[in-house]
Amino acid sequence: MKHLSKLNLDQTLIDSSRNSARKIVDEVQKFIDLHTTTATERTIARLLGVDGVDDIGKPLPNVLVDSIKEGNGLGRGLAYWLGNAVVQTGDTPQEIAEKVSRKELDILRLPTASEEKIKETVTDMAKVAVEKIANNRKKREELISVLGEGRKPYLYVIVATGNIYEDVEQAKSAVRQGADIIAVIRTTGQSLLDYVPYGPTTEGFGGTYATQENFRIMRKALDEVGQEVGRYIRLCNYCSGLCMPEIAAMGAMERLDVMLNDALYGILFRDINMQRTLVDQFFSRVINGFAGIIINTGEDNYLTTADAVEEAHTVLASQFINEQFALKAGIPEEQMGLGHAFEMNPDIENGFLLELAQAQMAREIFPKAPLKYMPPTKYMTGNIFKGHLQDAMFNLVSIMTNQGIQLLGMLTEAIHTPHLHDRYLSLENAKYIFNNARNLGDEIMFKEGGIIQTRAQEVLKKAEELLRQIEREGLFATIEQGKFGGVKRSRTGGKGLDGVAKKDPGYFNPFIELMLGGER
Amino acid sequence: MKVDLTKVKPYGDTLNDGMVQLSFTLPVPYGDEAIEAARQLVRKMGLEEPSVVYSKDLVGFSYFIVYAKATQTVDYTKIEVPKVDVEVMDKEQVEEYIRENIKRNVVIVGACTGTDAHTVGIDAIMNMKGYAGHYGLERYEGIDAYNLGSQVPNEELVAKAIELNADAILVSQVVTQKDVHIPNLTQLVELLEAEGIRDKVILVCGGPRISHELAKELGYDAGFGAGTFAEDVASFVVTEMVKRKLV
Repeated sequence: MKHLSKLNLDQTLIDSSRNSARKIVDEVQKFIDLHTTTATERTIARLLGVDGVDDIGKPLPNVLVDSIKEGNGLGRGLAYWLGNAVVQTGDTPQEIAEKVSRKELDILRLPTASEEKIKETVTDMAKVAVEKIANNRKKREELISVLGEGRKPYLYVIVATGNIYEDVEQAKSAVRQGADIIAVIRTTGQSLLDYVPYGPTTEGFGGTYATQENFRIMRKALDEVGQEVGRYIRLCNYCSGLCMPEIAAMGAMERLDVMLNDALYGILFRDINMQRTLVDQFFSRVINGFAGIIINTGEDNYLTTADAVEEAHTVLASQFINEQFALKAGIPEEQMGLGHAFEMNPDIENGFLLELAQAQMAREIFPKAPLKYMPPTKYMTGNIFKGHLQDAMFNLVSIMTNQGIQLLGMLTEAIHTPHLHDRYLSLENAKYIFNNARNLGDEIMFKEGGIIQTRAQEVLKKAEELLRQIEREGLFATIEQGKFGGVKRSRTGGKGLDGVAKKDPGYFNPFIELMLGGER
Repeated sequence: MKVDLTKVKPYGDTLNDGMVQLSFTLPVPYGDEAIEAARQLVRKMGLEEPSVVYSKDLVGFSYFIVYAKATQTVDYTKIEVPKVDVEVMDKEQVEEYIRENIKRNVVIVGACTGTDAHTVGIDAIMNMKGYAGHYGLERYEGIDAYNLGSQVPNEELVAKAIELNADAILVSQVVTQKDVHIPNLTQLVELLEAEGIRDKVILVCGGPRISHELAKELGYDAGFGAGTFAEDVASFVVTEMVKRKLV
C-alpha cells in the first residue's frame, strides 16, 4: 500500500493544528491592527524617501519620528504628518526631514490640509517606492530566468568579517565554490539598536552592520559573481530586532532575496518586548511578502536552549504559528522558509532516525515551503573531524527529505566565525552528499509503525495539543509561561515597549494597502 | 618505547617522528608556485620535510593540507599550568557542604555580558537542565541562581548583584573575536571596585576561550574553559566563600 505520506501522519491532527494556529494569530492580529511602533513609522519615512543622518550621526528617519513622538503625534502616524508637511511646504520628504533635524520646522505645528488631500499626496509618493520594489522583484525573476539558479536545497553560507569589503571577497570565493545564498551576519548587538546605522562599515564584532549601503555593496558583488558562475546568487540578511520593518524596507529597495524574519524570535532570544515585536513583524512581513523575499523563521533557536528531542513539538507548533502570521501579511507558502534544525545530541541511539522523522514531517506538513534547515551547533565541540561528520549526517537528512535552504554547517563551529577554507570544505561536503544521494528519498519508504513513523506521529500529536492549549490561553500568556524555548517573557517587559503607540482613528499607513491590496 | 619527558615531540606512528598535520589557505593564485610557497612557509614554522598532500584552487586563493615534522621539543617535566585549585564535589556534596559550612542559601548571579548574545555557556552552568546530564545551579538545594540572560550591560549586572546581595557573580563570554571580551571583563572588575564590593563577591568568568590564567590576570577569582560543568563552578564558589570567610 502506498501512502501519500511516508510518515502516515493523521491529517485531522494537521488540520486541527492549522486551525488552532489561525485562531491564535487572529487574536494577536486584532492587537496588531490597533497599534503602531516607532520602527513602523520610521519604515514609512524610509519608503517615502527619507535617508541619511544628521550632524551627530542620527538617522533622519529617527529624527523625524522622534519629533512626532515627542509631540504626542505618533498615534496619528508619520504618513499623516509628513504628508501634510509636503502639502503645506511643497518640499520633498527628505528636505522636510533635513529641516526638522536643523530645528527649522516642526511638522506638528503646520496648518493642516484636508485628510483627503494628505492621503492622496502620500499615496502618490508611496506608489513610487512600491513600484521600485515591484521592479526589483521583476529584475530578480528576470535574472533567474536568464542565469538560472542552484538546485534545492540551496547552499547557504555566512560571511561575518565585520568589514563589508572583506565580506565581499569571502562571499565571492564561497560562490565560486558553489554557494547559492550568502548571508551577511550582523554584528553582535545590532538587533538591540533602535536605529539602523548608515553608510558602508568596516568595523563589527562577529558580523557586519546591516546598512543600506552595505546591502548595495554586497548586492552588486553577488550580481557580478553570479554572472561569472552563471547562476543567480541570493543575498540574505537579518530582519529582526528593534528595526524589523526598516531592515525589510532597505532589503526590498536593494533587492535582497532572503530575510531572517521570525514573529517570536526577538521576544524570546533578544528580550524585545512582545507587543513591539508582534506589531513590527507584521509590517516587515508585508514588505518581505510584496518584495518576493523568502523569509526564514527561527525555530531552530529553540533547540539551542531547549532539548531537541523533548521539545521537538514546540518547533512544529511555532512553524504552524509562523505560517499563519506570514499568511496574514500576504506571504505565499513558496516564500516561507520555515526553520528547524539538526540539534539532537549525537550520542543518542538512533538519533539520526529521529532527525529524519522531524525533517520529513516538516516537509509533509508544509509541502510548498522552502524549509530552512539549520546545522548542528549545540553539540559541536571543536573536534573538527567529528564536526565534519555531524555536518555530513545533517546533509544526508536534508537530501533525503527535500529541504529548501541548507544552512551549511562548518566544521569549525564553536571555534570561530568561518575561515575561507572552512566554507570550501563545508560546500564540498554538501555537494558530495547531495549529488551522491540525490534521489535516495524517492526510493525509500519508512516502515509502518517503525521508529521514524512513530516518532513523527508523536511529535505532531504533542504539537496539536500545545496549539490547542495556546488557543485557549492566548499567545501572550503562553510566552509569559515560557512554553517556547523554555524562555519566559512578560507582556510589558523587555526592550522597546516605549516605541509602541495606540493608533488614532485617523491613522493610516499607505503601504499596507498598496502592498497587501486591502485595508488594515 | 621509552619517552624522554625532557624532550617531547609529536607522535605520528613512530616515537619522535614529530609528525604534524596542518591546513591553511594562502591568498595567492593556485599553481606550482603556490604549493612551493606553502612548503617554504611550513619550513619557516620550524617544521621539516613538508609534504603537501592535498591542495585546491579556491580562485585567487589556494588551500593546502600539509604534513611535516616538528624539530622543536618541550621539557614536559618543567610544565606548570595555573588551575582552579579546588576539590570538585558532586551536586549532593556541594549541597551538604553548604548545609554544614555556610548554613544559608548561596546567591549566585550570572549573565552573558556586553554585546554577547550567546547564552549556551551560562545556560549550561545555571539552568535547571544543565548540560550533558550535569544539572545546572538552579537545581541545587541551597543555591539561589539568577541567570540574567544575554547582552546584559555590566552596570545592570552589578546593580542586580547588589540588589540580591549576591555571593558570587558568573560572567560568560562566548564571542571573543578581536578580543572584544577583554575590555568588557575588565570593565566589570572596575565597576565592582568602584562600588566597593569586589572583595565581597566571588567573581568568576567562563567561556570556550577563557583560561584560569587569563581570568586571574584580569582580576577574577577563577576562570573556567570548555568542558566545565555546574559542579566545577559550584565547588569553587562554596569553598572560596568559606576560605575567604564570606559566609
